[in-house]
Amino acid sequence: MVSCNDVLRELSNLIEGELDPGLRAEIEEHLARCRRCSVLLDSTRKMLYIVGDERVFEIPVGYSERLHRLLNDRLGTA
Amino acid sequence: MTAEDERPREMGEVQLLARIRAGEKELFHELIRPYERSVYLTAYAVLRNPEDAEEVAQETMLKAFAHLEQLRSDTKFKAWLLHIAINEARLRRRKDRKHIYESIDEDQAGREEGNFMPRQFADWRDLPSEPLERQELKAAITRALHSLPDIYREIFVLRDVQRLSVQETAGVLDISISAVKTRLHRARLQMREELAPLFRRRWTDRLPFRKGRNPW
Repeated sequence: MVSCNDVLRELSNLIEGELDPGLRAEIEEHLARCRRCSVLLDSTRKMLYIVGDERVFEIPVGYSERLHRLLNDRLGTA
Repeated sequence: MTAEDERPREMGEVQLLARIRAGEKELFHELIRPYERSVYLTAYAVLRNPEDAEEVAQETMLKAFAHLEQLRSDTKFKAWLLHIAINEARLRRRKDRKHIYESIDEDQAGREEGNFMPRQFADWRDLPSEPLERQELKAAITRALHSLPDIYREIFVLRDVQRLSVQETAGVLDISISAVKTRLHRARLQMREELAPLFRRRWTDRLPFRKGRNPW
């Protein structure tokens, strides 16, 4: 029988799709009846979705231009 | 990006590298262009400061050009570049906080083996649509990221922000795949934990059709 601690321990493996089918089925069964664990999974997935959005971590304005200007100067590629 | 801009990349990195080594150094601009953001974010993950991260990103690119002959596998340019970025950033961090660095390192090593139990169980139903809320979200994510111990933050930014594979992440950080998985798992749980109160407090409250039916 899968416990909440088992789900917590395997959460990343579950998200990555790296669990063997037997354990995955047991965890999915647990998730179907455990509100806490299903919220844990959903919110972790949502967090990962958000942080992977390129708009969340922006690079400084003008960064690319400054970088290539520096390279031109140092490499003599202007 | 125009078709003309894409052309150098289409020749492939291996060809680009060969031509740069043969003297066409202006192609180095095209070689690094796809990785500018990654190099910056990698440095930022270590340093947590935009100005320092940008300087280290510049140093990384210059160092990569100067040491291009040392790249052992031309198909792994990105991992090699990010490896340089991590090392350059860590070097700067060590210089900046030499007096406290050792104690932080020891503290993190201890925590890695410890147990972590989530406390926040707010559900996240939707993303904020208002610009102000999006800014708040970005600030909250940045704060949460900054709160992670160094070894977790670096992993998290490489794997979950930049979406490198586990193997690539291990290569960049020069650690085992199992160490990547262990640290990443803990980083994810801590990030979720840090962000959960914000999501519970904010726009989930404004979803009237769910009021009275939610557990929080």
